[in-house]
Amino acid sequence: MRITCPLCGERDRREFTYRGAALDAPAADDGAEAWHSHVHLRQNPAGPLEEWWHHQQGCGSWIRVRRDTVSHVMLASALAKPEDADGGSA
Amino acid sequence: MRYSALGLIKEALTGHKGWRPQWRDVAPQSHYDYVIIGGGGHGLATAYYLAKVFGAARIAVLEKGWIGGGNVGRNTTIIRSNYLLDGNEPFYEFSLKLWENLEQDLNYNAMVSQRGILNLVHTDAQRDAARRRGNAMILNGSDAELLDTDGVRAMYPFLNFYDARFPIKGGLLHRRGGTVRHDAVAWGYARGADMRGVDIIQNCEVTGLRIEGGKVQGVETSRGYIGAGKVGVSVAGNSSRVMALAGMRLPIESHVLQAFVSEGLKPFIPGVITYGAGHFYCSQSDKGGLVFGGDIDMYNSYAQRGNLPVVEDVVESGMSLIPALGRARLLRSWGGIMDMSMDGSPFIDRTDIEGLYFNGGWCYGGFKATPAAGYCFAHLLKTDRPHETATAYRLDRFMSGHMIDEKGQGAQPNLH
Repeated sequence: MRITCPLCGERDRREFTYRGAALDAPAADDGAEAWHSHVHLRQNPAGPLEEWWHHQQGCGSWIRVRRDTVSHVMLASALAKPEDADGGSA
Repeated sequence: MRYSALGLIKEALTGHKGWRPQWRDVAPQSHYDYVIIGGGGHGLATAYYLAKVFGAARIAVLEKGWIGGGNVGRNTTIIRSNYLLDGNEPFYEFSLKLWENLEQDLNYNAMVSQRGILNLVHTDAQRDAARRRGNAMILNGSDAELLDTDGVRAMYPFLNFYDARFPIKGGLLHRRGGTVRHDAVAWGYARGADMRGVDIIQNCEVTGLRIEGGKVQGVETSRGYIGAGKVGVSVAGNSSRVMALAGMRLPIESHVLQAFVSEGLKPFIPGVITYGAGHFYCSQSDKGGLVFGGDIDMYNSYAQRGNLPVVEDVVESGMSLIPALGRARLLRSWGGIMDMSMDGSPFIDRTDIEGLYFNGGWCYGGFKATPAAGYCFAHLLKTDRPHETATAYRLDRFMSGHMIDEKGQGAQPNLH
């Protein structure tokens, strides 16, 4: 499996660490039910999944990847935006 | 199909033309009292115990592929009762007791071999943790023995005792653990269930759940609609997909775990060994192949194959523990899809939908749980109450704060 970094191009999977599905975090005061759902429950699709990878052994970028979980094909990748840092990752 | 020595002699003399399939190939009926989705080890065991222990009738097991084609045929065949936490250990001890009597119960040779599992320790802190775990096991009726370096050396002289970074300081020996022929578990339960009237329906994929007024009515399948009084879902690896048919989201992600078999070798490793300084475990099958595995691939996947980095990692760990492993050639490797739950522990529970029950989230420990998971799920399906050893396996435990987190990793399924 190779992952496309928007800055470095297609690189070996060993250069990256996996964070998990890219989820939209609730607001801080949204209550226990919303936070439980965000932290614990997953769509877990068999097919395209939006997820975070960290190009740790490369340029150090956080990358939002769209990857097919059945075929492992990379469908899209983009650099994380500043607003994603507010808990946009799981 | 029944077997006997006399029958074997008769077949040997008459060209082996009289052997019959071990279970019937049946078309689905229009309605069952109990429909089990998933004909893996857990689903078949559930049907078997429902019929045998709980006296239920009109039971069907629906399997999208063929019996033995899923995770029950893709694991590394280890059975053990060596958990730490209260919510887990009584359940796994119950499971191991069922394993110990499985062949007599099924009247079927599943090659249950209690050859012992040795968890190696490499630091003082690991020895303390092993002692604590061993005590928890003993308190729950299991067995545990703490070995020192010489004790390990007497059992496995070929391990790497000269590793300066990760010296072998001893190990926790669980003598009643061991291995079982996994295919025979599926076949034995299937045959036993079939003999008690359970319909095992293969090539029958569930495509929808019919739910009316908050109650399950039946299942839509690739072989037509089947009405059901109660539906039990037991499809680990694909739990999220099936439960999504009922509009549910689960505390589960699907990940791929790889396993490996070497070429056949002369008897070399009598028991099961797990490495404490890396994720690696190994046993030797009765055919002689070294069966080993390690970490999951760490990313979400529904592909029944993994990637090279984990192959390298597992083999490197193996080489650092058993240098002689480098002389053996790898025969095959494969991947299975795991239900990785948010705390590393499973679920056997009701749902908010009347008549719909769920068994899953077994991470990479589902095989050893097969008999007890089947028994406890059957208990729940029949009585609507959890079995006494499975009361902690609730779907709502994350909301209520009663996680069963053996490794203390939090809601990071790829780390459990």
